[in-house]
Amino acid sequence: MTDTGGAVRTTRDVPSVVRTLVLWCPDWPVTAAVRAGHLDADAPIALIEKGLVFACSAAARRAGVRRGLRVREAQSRAPELLVQPYDPLIDHRTFDGVVDAIEELMPGTQLLRPGMCAIRSRGPSRYYGGEEPAARALLDCLDAQGLPDSRVGVADGPFTAEHAARSTLTGPGRVRVVPEGESAAFLAPLSIGLLDDPALVTLLRRLGVNTLADFAALPAVDVHGRFGEHGARLHALASGLDSRAVVPRVPPEQLERAIEFEPPLDRVDQVTFGFRATADRFLDALTEAKLVCTAVRIEVRTETGETSERTWLHPRSFTASDVVDRVRWQLQGSGAIDSGLGSAISRVRVAPESVDSIGNHEVGLWGGGPDERIHHGLSRVQSMLGHGGVLTAVIGGGRSLADRQTLVAWGDRPVPDRPADQPWPGQLPPLPPSTVFRAPPPVIVLDAGGRSVEVDERGALSGAPAAFAPATATDAVRAVTAWAGPWPLEERWWDAETSRSAHRFQVVDADGTAWLLVLERGAWCAEARYD
Amino acid sequence: MGDAAGGAAGAASTADTVRTLQSRIRQMQASKLDSRSIPTHPAIAELLPGGSLKQGAVYSVDRSATLLMALLAGPSAAGSWCGVVGVPEFGVEAAARFGIDLDRLVLVPDPGDQWLAVTAAIADVMGVVVTRPPRRADDGSVARLAARLRQRDATLIVLGTWPQSEAMLSLSESDWSGIGNGHGYLSARQVTVTVTSRTHARPRSARLWLPDREAAFRSAGRVPQAAQPDLRPVLREAAG
Repeated sequence: MTDTGGAVRTTRDVPSVVRTLVLWCPDWPVTAAVRAGHLDADAPIALIEKGLVFACSAAARRAGVRRGLRVREAQSRAPELLVQPYDPLIDHRTFDGVVDAIEELMPGTQLLRPGMCAIRSRGPSRYYGGEEPAARALLDCLDAQGLPDSRVGVADGPFTAEHAARSTLTGPGRVRVVPEGESAAFLAPLSIGLLDDPALVTLLRRLGVNTLADFAALPAVDVHGRFGEHGARLHALASGLDSRAVVPRVPPEQLERAIEFEPPLDRVDQVTFGFRATADRFLDALTEAKLVCTAVRIEVRTETGETSERTWLHPRSFTASDVVDRVRWQLQGSGAIDSGLGSAISRVRVAPESVDSIGNHEVGLWGGGPDERIHHGLSRVQSMLGHGGVLTAVIGGGRSLADRQTLVAWGDRPVPDRPADQPWPGQLPPLPPSTVFRAPPPVIVLDAGGRSVEVDERGALSGAPAAFAPATATDAVRAVTAWAGPWPLEERWWDAETSRSAHRFQVVDADGTAWLLVLERGAWCAEARYD
Repeated sequence: MGDAAGGAAGAASTADTVRTLQSRIRQMQASKLDSRSIPTHPAIAELLPGGSLKQGAVYSVDRSATLLMALLAGPSAAGSWCGVVGVPEFGVEAAARFGIDLDRLVLVPDPGDQWLAVTAAIADVMGVVVTRPPRRADDGSVARLAARLRQRDATLIVLGTWPQSEAMLSLSESDWSGIGNGHGYLSARQVTVTVTSRTHARPRSARLWLPDREAAFRSAGRVPQAAQPDLRPVLREAAG
């Protein structure tokens, strides 16, 4: 009994440290963007997040671009810089294939973040006869994956191993092995800034603690007393006592399905018919895993190598015929079912984007209520007219009527284009028109003397509107009995493509119908009708 | 003075309440064995044959989208789904403002040649369907659609004419307020709504606020009656 208690106390005092092998691919976000976007790896590329450079390629770094620079500053340093938005999803998706390849070689991989993973070194080093040969084997595997720049570090615990891998950037080789028990000595000269807690790092710097060795030299009990559990854990990291275990990931089940067409098919109905069996297998696999799918990702590759990708949402969950419908809609766009395609289709792949437990989607004993019926009915109409044929509406913010209403295809998430909670000065008075023309018909507006009404640069009218007529039938003149305006609309003057400068009028004609007339760039049109 | 004004206002609200109750009683009574009413705005319900919109029936609306929205607002507020087929210029914002729930509104702007099939498919699942025929439908399709509407208890509102419609609603004498010559803005209007139906000997019409300043629909031009209205004749009429 006493022995066991003593043993427990000992393990707590000196945490057990696992020899870990960490693999690192430098600049992974850039590598991922190059692979996903078919960019040139040697070009200067910068990925931007929130207006700052998040990652950059080696060529960009040579030109002076650094992480954290503003976009404009980076572009002035490297004028030929390719700027792309940063997408963490691409990082993960691209690294997934690499992890699969590593797992074939060495099972039990833990993904630390995209571009970096940890493996317990005990198994591989026994198999390959040492840590160095194991690391070499891993690098060979990555070279085969087309990642010649990757690095490996082997040390006690993931933290030290990660920094061993990073230290190879300045050293000669691509592998750095820190012998067992020498972690503290390896970490000692490194900067305190490596700890992942900016607030604590700032405080320690002010206290004169600048290296990990300085921090490790502080008594562990005092650090615990002053900075709590979190501080104590960072203190252990700095001392080379990284007690984190390597937790191997559970390889995800392969739920995606693909079909290759040989020879490639060039008609929509042929492709959808050929895909039907694949959709059935896709759904069977999901059901076997006790899952339902609420969003799928469909990738279609054409003979010429173009790829079209799209994610489709479903208000409930996909059935096999729903998946086939989505493939068809993606292929045909707005065309008819028997229309030809621009290029023949060689491969269709379907992958679940979000899944849910099947238990949450089980239909009740007496059916799933009225919504399901409505969804079936509308899906039928969608299969007649295409995905965008059935719409739901949501009202957002904006100044013009077309801006304010957002129409979303049935099944997609209704999100307004512009936030409704902003003030939007310059919007129309509260009564909204009941008829909003999709293509506003041009009209002519005349004053009492029969001259066309114009608005000058200061917003003054050339004459009161007395009559208006459709531009296509100028003899069908309607007399104006009441009118109000002009209400100016000046939007986005800084952007030549979307800027808008218009004057709006409400007029009532002799029949009692009211119209919203718009004068934009010297031309009048009827935007809406209050009928 | 205050008493007199208060009394008149009270009388008006009592008369309004009576009228609303009366229209609800009429709506709950089935005029035929198998036709049930759907909730209708009281101001319009008074004009309609049978005192309300009915399931399985077809109504025509002449041009006015506001009048159409006034017809949809009642069923939508009561939880019905509404489908609008072939009306790409349907003002969604106005619909939301006039009390149509956008969560239960579905638009099919371009049904093309399949408008009849789409209308029938939507009528299968929704309580109220609006459609605008691009051309005259043949008698066989009209009869098939009518049978389907009766079977599914759906109400069809047609923008334009329809051979078998229960009633035809139209607007005239629009009177806008809030706008002058170069000042103000459109805020409210009064119109005369006329309902022509096969069952009524002559058209019925009424003056309505469509809409009033609060974007609501109500009947206009009603003068408050006696200070204390006698409820008995009203109740007798409702019961009989």
